[in-house]
Amino acid sequence: MKVRLVDIAHARSGDKGDTANVGVIAMRTAWYPILERELTTERVATHFRGMITGPVERYALPNLDALNFLLHGALGGGGTLSLKTDAQGKVFSTALLRMVLDVPDEEGRTLGLPRGGQ
Amino acid sequence: MSRTVRVGAGQGFWGDWLEAPRRQVEGGPIDYLMLDYLAEVTMSILQKQKERDPSMGYARDFVGAMESVFSAVADRGVRVIANAGGVNPPASAAAVHTAARKHGVADRIRIGVVTGDDVLPRIDDLLAKGQALANMDTREPLATIRDRVLSANAYIGAGPIVQALRQGANVVITGRSTDTALTMAPLLHEFDWKRDDWDRLAAGIVAGHIIECGAQCSGGNCLFDWRNIPDLADVGYPIVEAQADGTFYITKHPGTGGRISRHTVIEQLVYEMGNPHEYITPDVIADFTSIQVEDAGPDRVKVSGITGKPPTDKLKVSIAYRAGFKAVGTLVYVWPDAIEKARLADRVLRQRLDRLGLRFEEIHTEFLGATATHGALAGDGRDAPEIQLRVGVRSADRATVERFTREIAPLVLNGPPSVTGFAGGRPKTEEVVAYWPALVDKREITTRVEMYSP
Repeated sequence: MKVRLVDIAHARSGDKGDTANVGVIAMRTAWYPILERELTTERVATHFRGMITGPVERYALPNLDALNFLLHGALGGGGTLSLKTDAQGKVFSTALLRMVLDVPDEEGRTLGLPRGGQ
Repeated sequence: MSRTVRVGAGQGFWGDWLEAPRRQVEGGPIDYLMLDYLAEVTMSILQKQKERDPSMGYARDFVGAMESVFSAVADRGVRVIANAGGVNPPASAAAVHTAARKHGVADRIRIGVVTGDDVLPRIDDLLAKGQALANMDTREPLATIRDRVLSANAYIGAGPIVQALRQGANVVITGRSTDTALTMAPLLHEFDWKRDDWDRLAAGIVAGHIIECGAQCSGGNCLFDWRNIPDLADVGYPIVEAQADGTFYITKHPGTGGRISRHTVIEQLVYEMGNPHEYITPDVIADFTSIQVEDAGPDRVKVSGITGKPPTDKLKVSIAYRAGFKAVGTLVYVWPDAIEKARLADRVLRQRLDRLGLRFEEIHTEFLGATATHGALAGDGRDAPEIQLRVGVRSADRATVERFTREIAPLVLNGPPSVTGFAGGRPKTEEVVAYWPALVDKREITTRVEMYSP
């Protein structure tokens, strides 16, 4: 089944120089393994292709039901140099939540995942 | 029942809610009021102000904040810790003292002033000693920008704040202290933690990280269940209730709005996070993968289990330098075909800039309402009722940027149709002050603590 990330996770993002960080957090602890399995570094890098110029790094924080992504080269130089509206990367969080995940029906039902997406 | 120390956050940045400090001291018991004013850009703004007037260079909001909490400090023993000193902590102390005299409390306000973070006068000395001050991100040598440096400050830790508290200060004013040290220092002081008790020091840092952005951990800017967060108009700022073993609770005063839950606290924990295994501060390196967060009642969250390890022998230095000029112009294009009109206007503008022979280090176009913040992920903006065209340019040459600002308005009459939203006049040219992060050996930085006397 298709699951919209925005229905199972929340997120907050910020900046450090020209790098944006996106912390993505499972809404329920039981849903965290879905994030850890589906949100691979590669898939997130593909998702943001064209929006960032550098690599993506991923860190797992199972204690917080969270993953932290560092998106390098995301902010047009960063800080005051940047000409972007989102110079401090504040809404990369919801950009990540646009992802739609493919989850086996059985698992989705067991975990009570909200169905969504096209 | 073990002793509890309460640290309330009253400002998360310079520009935060003016009501918050007073509400923290009046809404219920706190022992310390923590006010964080400094961001990376703030120091350079303050440095420019100090150049114009040597008695300036600190966060002026702080004086008003102090006036709103003087009675709590003078009569009820609340102590204030603030990095409001910016590039001129003594001037900030003088302004607070003057205000205290006006309010008749000067005899009961004892101001501790922390200095030593300002390394601007020492840059050449440091370079001569082999401190490269290379850019941590790009590895470029400082020589690239040496002649354009405006300010340089080392991020200092909790030590000097603790020293000021030990000397009896009830108001501690620092320059570029780390945000987290402002919270960790009073805990270190009250519980007399050992300076190598890494787990407890790390707990103090994590507590500081959670409350350093004020209401951003108590329902403000919170995505999770945002529709149902109660009464944001009356949002309660966060309070750390810490115990000697390093366990702490995050809560807020009863009757205030907002929300504190595992979700709101975790959203703040991941904010501006780098490598979570190593959250580096001058006093300790905290491991964010060790943090346990659990709900412990209404608007009450327990945080425990935090581990830490010894810090490095370096301090981060924040250097600000002049980096040219920039301007941003906007116009609004309206249905039908708003996005196509905006795209055409952008092409026309760029052709004109090109024919004028203007060369920019960067020219950046966005279509707000379509792709500005989420790029292609947001679709193509077709059928949007209105689109804001937003074009920014940057150049080392002010005149080049100035000329750009004259090219926006003409488009209203000589560009694509259905255009509006040009009430604000020509875009302003502003000087860019950029940020250069570097490292310096700790032994090169000596902090000083003085009790202010007029």
